[in-house]
Amino acid sequence: MSSQTAQPAMTDESLSPSSKSHGDSVFKGLSTGSGVLIVVILAAVAIFLIVQAAPALTHQDFPLGDGSNGGILSYVGPYLFGTLYSAVLALVLAVPIGVGIALFIALYAPRRFASGLGYVIDLLAAVPSVVYGLWGLQTLSLILQPVHRWLGDYLGFIPLFGGRVSGTGRSMLTAVVVLAVMVLPIITSMCREVFLQVPDRQIEASYALGATRWEMIRQVVFPYSQSGIISASMLALGRALGETMAVAMVLSAARVVNFSIITSTSSGTIASNIALSFPEATGLTRNLLIATGLVLFVITFVVNFISRWVVARRADFSGAN
Amino acid sequence: MAKRIELKKLNIHYGDFLAVKDVDMMIEPRSVTAFIGPSGCGKSTVLRSLNRMLEVTPGARVDGEVLLDNVNLYDKAVDPVRVRRQVGMVFQQPNPFPTMSIRENVLAGIQLNNKRMAHSEKEEVLERSLRSANLWNEVKDRLDRPGSSLSGGQQQRLCIARATAVQPEVLLMDEPCSALDPISTLAIEDLIQELKEDYTVVIVTHNMQQAARVSEKTGFFTINGTGMPGHLVEFDNTETIFSNPKEKQTEDYITGRFG
Repeated sequence: MSSQTAQPAMTDESLSPSSKSHGDSVFKGLSTGSGVLIVVILAAVAIFLIVQAAPALTHQDFPLGDGSNGGILSYVGPYLFGTLYSAVLALVLAVPIGVGIALFIALYAPRRFASGLGYVIDLLAAVPSVVYGLWGLQTLSLILQPVHRWLGDYLGFIPLFGGRVSGTGRSMLTAVVVLAVMVLPIITSMCREVFLQVPDRQIEASYALGATRWEMIRQVVFPYSQSGIISASMLALGRALGETMAVAMVLSAARVVNFSIITSTSSGTIASNIALSFPEATGLTRNLLIATGLVLFVITFVVNFISRWVVARRADFSGAN
Repeated sequence: MAKRIELKKLNIHYGDFLAVKDVDMMIEPRSVTAFIGPSGCGKSTVLRSLNRMLEVTPGARVDGEVLLDNVNLYDKAVDPVRVRRQVGMVFQQPNPFPTMSIRENVLAGIQLNNKRMAHSEKEEVLERSLRSANLWNEVKDRLDRPGSSLSGGQQQRLCIARATAVQPEVLLMDEPCSALDPISTLAIEDLIQELKEDYTVVIVTHNMQQAARVSEKTGFFTINGTGMPGHLVEFDNTETIFSNPKEKQTEDYITGRFG
């Protein structure tokens, strides 16, 4: 039978690519596309910032407010200080509290109560920052007025609490507390997730050695969660660095470097300065403000790289292997 | 070191569910006692009641007495944390602390006991524990590498070294070889033979040959059906259990007719 020899080589149906793999390629396209898109957006933002900032970068003749003139670096310096100072202080306040709440929710609280508390904390993240600004301005600053006085009277010898105490409570201290409340949900919810991921067998190992609950937390939970806590803090730092409205509303900002957090003249932040000055800015001043945005962009980048590096340094000892 | 354990009318509940019923048993010091039985019969539950690890599980409750040299571990005045420092435990899955080096893992228990210990003394404990776990020669050149860099069998021996570093009275082992290959299993079984010189060893195992190889006494647990409490059927010399058990249920189990 010649027809048999003419038959093409048999292909086994079950081995050939099925139509189901369309789903795979669509999904691959989508996920690759999203990955590329985020890089493109980031690059676009960076290019926008650089192009718009370029005229201001070389100009050396901006009025600095005190009669003298200077370049972009002398202009942005105090704002950069204010930005970093407020964000770092907010973290100093928020990280211990956030980690504490997360520990309570993940390890101490009865389950039903814990999930309720978790929702409440997450709700804090849903409040618009303008509302935080109003709250800081109208309520918190009043509440904190006696605190300002107390700190000035008893701890005034520390530079942090030195200088003339603000009568209104519209100070760096109030701004820092507002920022801390704003970043608290980020820290709490991330840390809670990280703590819940600590394997039970690690926890049991520690208990079996005769650890109390706190000793177990120090021996197992913190080391295991170290990179997660750092990531959460860095995310929170990013939020605090870029926060605009709340700080703009609370602070009566000036272009100064002031370490005291209870006086009424406070260092403004880059983001709030842009928001406050941009509407009236024209020409080169606009370029100048965008250039300060570029500085903020670079700072945030550097912060993220440092945190990556910190986490990677102890990768061998992380819980991941 | 090495204390006697006595169980009197031990009943264990998970919430409303009675998981283990009326266990009476006497475990002699410096011996190996094996718990065998089908899955869900409560042998691990009983084991975990011996160092009050059961309480880590929410809802677990123990009635009856566990006497460690005549001290009831469930007396109100007894601190579970103290109990666990005297009764060490090795788990089914090797669980060295991944964030610690080999050295730190072994010394983890000492660290907790807040003993002020000179560096040289710590090094002694480290070497002694690792030697007694037959691990010293394999790891002495890389004590600062993470514990998780070791093989599964080595990790389990590291966990044994960690448990013995604090010189407990009793060593509990919850299916210590079930995640290991045959060669590592053999190493652990040899080690158990050495450990009983110093400790009271109680081991839960699914492997009846293992029980026969390593233990002097064997307790057979079973359940009569789903939802029924587990109970101790027979507790005797291992030889008797495996050659001439008194109970029909035991004979059925060890000859493979059940479970």
